[in-house]
Amino acid sequence: MKHGRDSWYDDDAGPLVRPYTVTRGRTHSERLDLNLITLVVTAAAESASMDPEYVDILRLCHYPLSIAEISAKLGLPITVIKILVADLIEQGCLNFSSPPSPLNTETPDMNILQAVLDGIRRL
Amino acid sequence: MASVGFDPAPQATLGTSALKVLVAGGFGVGKTTLVGSVSEIPPLRTEEVLSTVSGGVDDLVGVEAKTTTTVALDFGRITLNESLILYLFGTPGQERFWFMWDELAMGALGAVVIADTRRLDGCFAAVDFFERRQIPFILAVNNFHGQQMYTVDEVRDAIDLDPVVPILLCDVRERESSKGVLANLLEHLIALAAQPHARHRP
Repeated sequence: MKHGRDSWYDDDAGPLVRPYTVTRGRTHSERLDLNLITLVVTAAAESASMDPEYVDILRLCHYPLSIAEISAKLGLPITVIKILVADLIEQGCLNFSSPPSPLNTETPDMNILQAVLDGIRRL
Repeated sequence: MASVGFDPAPQATLGTSALKVLVAGGFGVGKTTLVGSVSEIPPLRTEEVLSTVSGGVDDLVGVEAKTTTTVALDFGRITLNESLILYLFGTPGQERFWFMWDELAMGALGAVVIADTRRLDGCFAAVDFFERRQIPFILAVNNFHGQQMYTVDEVRDAIDLDPVVPILLCDVRERESSKGVLANLLEHLIALAAQPHARHRP
């Protein structure tokens, strides 16, 4: 980039100007139930009219992937992926599952903790 | 009765749930190495942009500078069984801004703080963070070069660590050792869950 101080925008604009064009300027998802480890899986095929980023997500998620993985694989910030995933959920193209969040309750689910421990020991 | 005794969360749409564990510690202490040694995929990197209103002694009255910081984190994935996936998130090393990333800590099962006895102060910030948030954690002392300069008790004293927090020695380059670290964390979580009065989550 060779824009200097005379540029009409400064460094505060950052590298995010372009990623957010794919969200049509939206910087926050309306959905508050999506987080880093929300899993999504493709439920419906892409349509010809979709923007390429939506198509990329639907092609990627043939098996459950987290928001974090989609972000890493497509090279787009978490916030952008949340917005795009929320759009696809609204359109019925993605199914999703939020984490059980056992530690959000006073007593964590012992069955889940034991299943995690068993899984680690089997590695 | 499921074969692993796991009762899936009521998600009609997707029969798989995800959990996360944080891996924290100072810069270059081996966080991504630990993640990579147990992950089923090569560690992935993602980014989030955090914004904060900077405050300081030089502030001009009525003028706030909004600062944005891009924080990168590496993570790995372990499929534990047919319905449960564990994600390991290595918190950014030098970067102090990850402390502002509330979502990163929210809902985490617990954390592993990696310490290097040659630079013990590198883990202080992470220990302090998890103590204040009452997120259960263990301390894993990474024995990088095969020379352990201090005993576990000396490390505990130096960090002034709560006696209930397990400390263990490890070599995060070794898969078995890293598995042992994660198993130790889960045993700690199970012990805490068995005596709910010992944990004081808000």
